[in-house]
Amino acid sequence: MGILDFLKRKPEPTATVAKERLRIIVAQERSTRGAPDYLPMMRNELLEVIKKYVHVDIEAININVERDSGHEVLELSVALPDGKPAATPAT
Amino acid sequence: MTAEIIVVTSGKGGVGKTTTSASLATGLAIAGKKVAVIDFDVGLRNLDLIMGCERRVVYDFVNVVHGEATLKQALIKDKRHENLYVLAASQTRDKDALTQEGVEKVLDGMSEDGFDYVVCDSPAGIEKGAHLAMYFADHAVVVVNPEVSSVRDSDRILGLLASKTRRAERGDGAIKQHLLLTRYNPARVANGDMLSVKDVEEILGIDVVGVIPESEQVLAASNSGVPVILDAESPAGQAYSDTVARILGEERPLRFTDVAKKGFFQRVFGG
Ligand SMILES: Nc1ncnc2c1ncn2[C@@H]1O[C@H](COP(=O)(O)OP(=O)(O)OP(=O)(O)O)[C@@H](O)[C@H]1O
Ligand SMILES: [Mg+2]
Repeated sequence: MGILDFLKRKPEPTATVAKERLRIIVAQERSTRGAPDYLPMMRNELLEVIKKYVHVDIEAININVERDSGHEVLELSVALPDGKPAATPAT
Repeated sequence: MTAEIIVVTSGKGGVGKTTTSASLATGLAIAGKKVAVIDFDVGLRNLDLIMGCERRVVYDFVNVVHGEATLKQALIKDKRHENLYVLAASQTRDKDALTQEGVEKVLDGMSEDGFDYVVCDSPAGIEKGAHLAMYFADHAVVVVNPEVSSVRDSDRILGLLASKTRRAERGDGAIKQHLLLTRYNPARVANGDMLSVKDVEEILGIDVVGVIPESEQVLAASNSGVPVILDAESPAGQAYSDTVARILGEERPLRFTDVAKKGFFQRVFGG
């Protein structure tokens, strides 16, 4: 091992990366648990529509099903890429 | 009197369900309970090997369900503990050999026979076999390894336990869930390349009932057909004893979760 290796910043431990990834995916799966089966499909189709206007990745789309007193609310959030104004609709 | 049904489940395969079922059932028997342990892995019988009774299997679980043998005929008495019995899985390839009514009948039969505990060793996955193993449970031991896919799968299983079981359907109180972290390697955790006990607890939102270290003696135990809990010298055996005591309501601190501190001679002379 050369002296340069000592000077380089230590990479993030993989366990920390694992924990963060699990935190997100577990939360997402819990929120859609027991939700309608069409949800993943709907998410994909929504992505196609949104992509016509803004460049976003599927990771930017979050679907939640909230249940409160008798009714269900489908919550959709799209994290828009920052700094960029929305593209003009493709025709 | 009704027997307490404990399912040992995980979602992901190969994480230590059968190892755990064998040690849990043996530990409960050592505590003086009358215990049966059932292999629900239809087509892939394995618990008999881990319990060391593979050559004494005459009738199996499916035979009892189909009325081809009585429960008494099919239960294999453990060589070491007279209040411990094994019900082997069938080697049939017919995955539909077990039915919900059939399983219920067998479990009711065990209650009538005065069993205190029935431990159900679930197959991997979330298909029919895993569903039947958990359906009638009062307690669930969810076996998880400190590894991403196992943790995610165990969260799926926790969700199913809370919704797809008889207790959930009838609304008569939730299943008691026990998270058991196995194949834990404190040295790798210290190095930052394995999820820690605390990480897993935080991600899943429940505390562990025990931590079983990765241990060479587990393979030795399965080689000889002796549940590892009977190897009182081994860290895994001791960790399983602690876990059984906790499931029975005792409070015990976690052991074997930190890197073993080397003694003076080891530090000076290495090893
Ligand atoms: N604490 C441990 N230390 C070392 N090895 C272990 C430990 N626990 C389990 N193993 C090993 O892991 C392997 C799988 O264990 P086991 O058969 O109990 O898993 P399983 O969850 O029942 O698998 P399946 O999903 O196929 O039924 C075995 O070889 C076993 O010896
Ligand atoms: Mg198994």
